[in-house]
Amino acid sequence: MPDNSLPVIKQKEQYAKMVKQSMPKARVGRNIFWAFVVGGLICLLGQFILNFYQALGLGASEAGAATSATLVFLAAFLTGLGVYDEVSRFGGAGGIVPITGFANSMVAPAMEYRAEGLVFGVGARLFAVAGPVLVWGTVTAWAAGVLYFIFR
Amino acid sequence: MQFFWAFVIGGVICVIGQLLIDLTSYKFTPAHVLVTFVSAGVVISALGLYQPLVNLAGAGATVPLTGFGHLLAQGAINGVKQHGLLGAFSGGISAAAAGITAAVVFGYLAALTFRPRG
Repeated sequence: MPDNSLPVIKQKEQYAKMVKQSMPKARVGRNIFWAFVVGGLICLLGQFILNFYQALGLGASEAGAATSATLVFLAAFLTGLGVYDEVSRFGGAGGIVPITGFANSMVAPAMEYRAEGLVFGVGARLFAVAGPVLVWGTVTAWAAGVLYFIFR
Repeated sequence: MQFFWAFVIGGVICVIGQLLIDLTSYKFTPAHVLVTFVSAGVVISALGLYQPLVNLAGAGATVPLTGFGHLLAQGAINGVKQHGLLGAFSGGISAAAAGITAAVVFGYLAALTFRPRG
């Protein structure tokens, strides 16, 4: 407890110190390690799937699209089962940054708000995070195309 | 070797996301990470710097959301090459259409099929 005999300004300093001590330490090192491992493993899985589709005779871009679709399917399914939330809790950004995390960010809120109906519940919440991602991606890619048109 | 680089480069890209979350203010949410990575992917790709990473790491570069940005940027640029200015409007989404449709369809079906736990 702050010492009440001290001036208020000192008490405030003491209190700030106490707050800092009792805050959970951001385990940056550990978070980075697991983000690397989980993210790396998801990409490794992607590489296996990519090679599988290429072995089936798909061209580079078709195999890439099929790989994305497969990973998205797996992530949507695992999010439904509640398994992907554990992946994200464990891997942090390792579960967020891959396209599987993008799929997770669509399914999780859509499931949560199902009670609000198929239009404003599932339909709208599917784009709670995906909406901003598509807006930013579309606008920047459009700008890249326009700049290429002007300066090529 | 391809598998090694897929793991390492994919892991490193995710670590950058983790650093953004841990070392910036608490307001940097997963949504901010995804938006940042898509936009960064577009910019890096438009500068011609992302394709070498894809050549090296394969899925390690295409599976992270920066790879989605790469797809959008190359789609828009190739669109301009083929159709002129109109291609900037059609190329990006066209290139990423399979991923977007898969995400909407599978996401919608999963949200209808499953109940949230707890």
